[in-house]
Amino acid sequence: MKLFSEKIQIVITSLAMVLVALWLSGAIELYTLLSLTVFLVMGLLSLSLAFIWGYGGILCFGQAAFFGLGAYTYAICAINWGDSTWAVVMAVLLPTLFSLLLGYVIFYGGVSDVYLGAITLAVSLVLFNWVNSTSGSEYHIGEALLGGFNGIPSVPTLNLPFKPDAILSPEAIFMVTAGCLALCYALLKFVLLSRFGKTVVAIRENEQRAGLLGYNVPAHKLATFAIGAAIAGLAGCLYVNWGAFVSPGVFSISQSAQIIIWVIVGGRGTLLGPVISCVLLQWMVTRLGAQQTVDVNLVLGVILAVFVLLIPGGILPTLQRLWRRKRPAAPASRAQVSEVKP
Amino acid sequence: MDLFIIYAIEVLNAIAVLMIMSVGLAVVFGMMKIVNMAHGEFMMLGGYSAILATNQWGVPIWISMLVIAPLTVGVFGAVIERVIIRHLYGRMIDTMLATWGLSLALIGAATMLFGNTTLGISSPLPSVSIGSYSTSGYSLFMIVFAIGLLGALWLLLRFTTLGLCARATMQNARMAAALGSNPGKIYSLTFGLGAALSGLGGALLAPITGVIPTIGVSFIAKAFITVIGGGSAIIAGTLSASTLFGTISQLVTYFSTPVFGAVALLLSAIVLLRLLPQGITGRFFRRSL
Amino acid sequence: MAISRRSFIQGSAVSALGLAAGVAPQFSFAADSKDAIKIASILDLSGGLDIYGKPMSNAINLAAEEINAAGGLLGRPLQVINYDAQSNMQLYAQYAQQAALKDKVAVVHGGITSASREVIRPVLDRFRSLYFYPAQYEGGVCDRNYFSSGSTPAQTVEKLVPYAVKKWGKKVYVLAADYNYGQIVSAWVKKSVHDNGGEVVTVEFFPLDVTDFGAAISKIQSAKPDMVWSALVGGAHISFYRQWHAAGMSGKIPIASTVFGGGNEHIILSPEESNGILVAANYMQEIPSPENKAFVERFHARYGANTPYISDLAMGAYQGMLIWAEGVRKAGDIDRMKVIEALESGVTLTSPSGKLSVDPATHHCSLDVHIAEVENHQMKILQTFTDQAPVDTAMVCDLKKNPRDTKQYQIEL
Repeated sequence: MKLFSEKIQIVITSLAMVLVALWLSGAIELYTLLSLTVFLVMGLLSLSLAFIWGYGGILCFGQAAFFGLGAYTYAICAINWGDSTWAVVMAVLLPTLFSLLLGYVIFYGGVSDVYLGAITLAVSLVLFNWVNSTSGSEYHIGEALLGGFNGIPSVPTLNLPFKPDAILSPEAIFMVTAGCLALCYALLKFVLLSRFGKTVVAIRENEQRAGLLGYNVPAHKLATFAIGAAIAGLAGCLYVNWGAFVSPGVFSISQSAQIIIWVIVGGRGTLLGPVISCVLLQWMVTRLGAQQTVDVNLVLGVILAVFVLLIPGGILPTLQRLWRRKRPAAPASRAQVSEVKP
Repeated sequence: MDLFIIYAIEVLNAIAVLMIMSVGLAVVFGMMKIVNMAHGEFMMLGGYSAILATNQWGVPIWISMLVIAPLTVGVFGAVIERVIIRHLYGRMIDTMLATWGLSLALIGAATMLFGNTTLGISSPLPSVSIGSYSTSGYSLFMIVFAIGLLGALWLLLRFTTLGLCARATMQNARMAAALGSNPGKIYSLTFGLGAALSGLGGALLAPITGVIPTIGVSFIAKAFITVIGGGSAIIAGTLSASTLFGTISQLVTYFSTPVFGAVALLLSAIVLLRLLPQGITGRFFRRSL
Repeated sequence: MAISRRSFIQGSAVSALGLAAGVAPQFSFAADSKDAIKIASILDLSGGLDIYGKPMSNAINLAAEEINAAGGLLGRPLQVINYDAQSNMQLYAQYAQQAALKDKVAVVHGGITSASREVIRPVLDRFRSLYFYPAQYEGGVCDRNYFSSGSTPAQTVEKLVPYAVKKWGKKVYVLAADYNYGQIVSAWVKKSVHDNGGEVVTVEFFPLDVTDFGAAISKIQSAKPDMVWSALVGGAHISFYRQWHAAGMSGKIPIASTVFGGGNEHIILSPEESNGILVAANYMQEIPSPENKAFVERFHARYGANTPYISDLAMGAYQGMLIWAEGVRKAGDIDRMKVIEALESGVTLTSPSGKLSVDPATHHCSLDVHIAEVENHQMKILQTFTDQAPVDTAMVCDLKKNPRDTKQYQIEL
């Protein structure tokens, strides 16, 4: 009975998100809508790391690698094929395949912890350095010039499936982004409710015990990693559609760092927390750039350090805990305390 | 033949630069199992201290590089250890993240204080001729200094009481405490030493790279990968990893472009970590310092 | 800790919200007058490129203040909204959208690297906001909504190469920044050297964050060229000149460049490291014309005598403002199309860099090019060529024939 109501809860939350987005797309002005679009795209990206880190225990320092791969794949395919339909599919597929390859090397080799962070960081740096160096006109895939540091400008944006002339309006792209976010959120929640999801969390809690109990640890980790990569790739594809450009900055360390900051501030162990904190932090960074009093890095750095030291759970779990404390103490509340552990 | 010597000096210089870049991080990682992501910014602070001391206050360049920079950053490091690191012992990932936040904050603060014009000092050593070619005397100095630095560190760890206490605390903090040493003080000193070495590295590299607030970002990636690749033994790990990565990246740079050199370094790191998940000294030279 | 975690969090949350809410875009003027004409400047004021961005922003704000002091434009004061894109492409796109849709500015002066320009140009095209690009660049942008007030390679390279080859010799070794601009400039250098009977032995590219040039210096020594041509850009690449000097090469093989100085390299480096380098650019602070002398005085009066050297890019920004203002005056209106048509009817003015004419077919400027030698932190001007037309862009662009064009063309050499 309880499980049934949890699933309904998830569906209701997702539908609510979509409905709010639908209302917003008609109600607010274009500029705010465009800003919200990119914030939601980044929210989707932070969702991917929230899943693999918060629930899977895999701290990937190079999540930007999959983001960037999705972005560039979409750009290259859209330019070459003129139709965005299959470009989107490729943008999700390629990072997933890459993550399967990389994950196989990492997880079946028993690499974990800091060393995993080092490898994933190195991978995103390799991609960054390589793409950055492709400025010459000899670097192209089909008709798409890779452009090196300048990136690829004027990328064709989404059109209705199989109708290359029916280009989506900015409002429609906003709806697509919001819809993807809601969909991925729901999917991840369902995955976590399933047996697979529970095993993943068990592995995060104690890898050795899960292995001794007979679960295939590397396979589960690999699958988790791949799911995260697919979502990050989708976010990359939507990012290109927001700005109609892609540049090597999508692979940079600062991009990976930002994702990590969003997840920490929002709360490891939750899915919505990182999304909300991502939107808030993005908004703050944008506002800060329009003034010259305080440097953005200073603010972000202080926030990160403060959160790690003082609020290691993040915003959402802390709020949840405060909320529970305000309610009259019930026997159920004691049982709930342990589930929020990062 | 002359050209070959020049090339050889370049390779050795690359190794030396990697060593000097990484030793600060290696000390902290090896002794305290902490990855200090603000290492690059400590180097940046060392660079700024040296340059400001020389340009603004007229201090002779060697003193500002070898004395003032490490002192300033060492003290700063000890303060940071008290304020931030102390609360996060045993939580490796959390210290990485907290120090990453510190590094961003330092970049921001430096940008606000110093602006973004590249500061620099000229190399204090004249060039050296080898046959019809010439190379920078500073490169030779760096090679000698890197070896000397590692040697001094080894002597410190092996033959002094402080080194003994540090190694004991590193192996088993509780046992060392039971035997009378003060782990808190040892950790402070160690982190301060690591920070001082980072500051020294930054000051030494200032004549080559110049200093701007974001210079730390280019250092931290290479240093991090070298240290992790080297494993937990400080001296043997740094030496072996720097030699391996420095040689590969410099050789590849010669035969192609700097981009491929950087990519080669990163790829070799990935391969190394896959084959030796605990770094080089996780497998070889395990008992060494 | 003595403070309980909860109260600390609550306190900092409140103060963070207060900080965020209190932060507002920086305006040049306190009063938000309804009469004011709004202009946006989108530049890098922090991050690796702020050595270029800050002087450019200063120039734009100075131009606006001077126009206001003279009574404003069409009787209305100018109001500059300064955006700091922090060398981040995403922010460039966001601020361009904000300027066009929210602030609804009359014109955007912005972008430093070609990368940032190509991010905001389509956005401003789409939302119909006039765009002026202030920096020297590789040429080839053909867009009716766009005006360029900086120089392009055909103007500077084509003049410096014959001078340098005549002075030093025919064997050239090229070092260039590895991005779009560096690639195209080096292609121009190759063509120009070839046209003057010379030979380019090698072109080597370096990503913008490379600081280690040891290998390159050894390679140059073994190639033994007559001169080195530098298209190195940015703070990290300055270390080439330091390492060059440290290796004892300063003075042994001379250096020529059309980008040296844009980042105040001649001020940052010591005289031993930079003396003798030949430079060509549209603007140098040492230009002896009365216009320029007055301008430098005004700039220093406004920003202090210790303000950094006024670079070619800063002048590009200043000139961009002058041209736009002239267009508005001629059109009698700030409406985008009217200003474009007014500028296309032919606008000539005298800026501190010399004579400036807008070329109607390309929306680029014919301008003066000065060749100078670096001497003790100063540029010693050796020769001046006036009225250099933007022939490279003219090769691929004719907005009179194709007014709907919005592409950047790769100029085939």
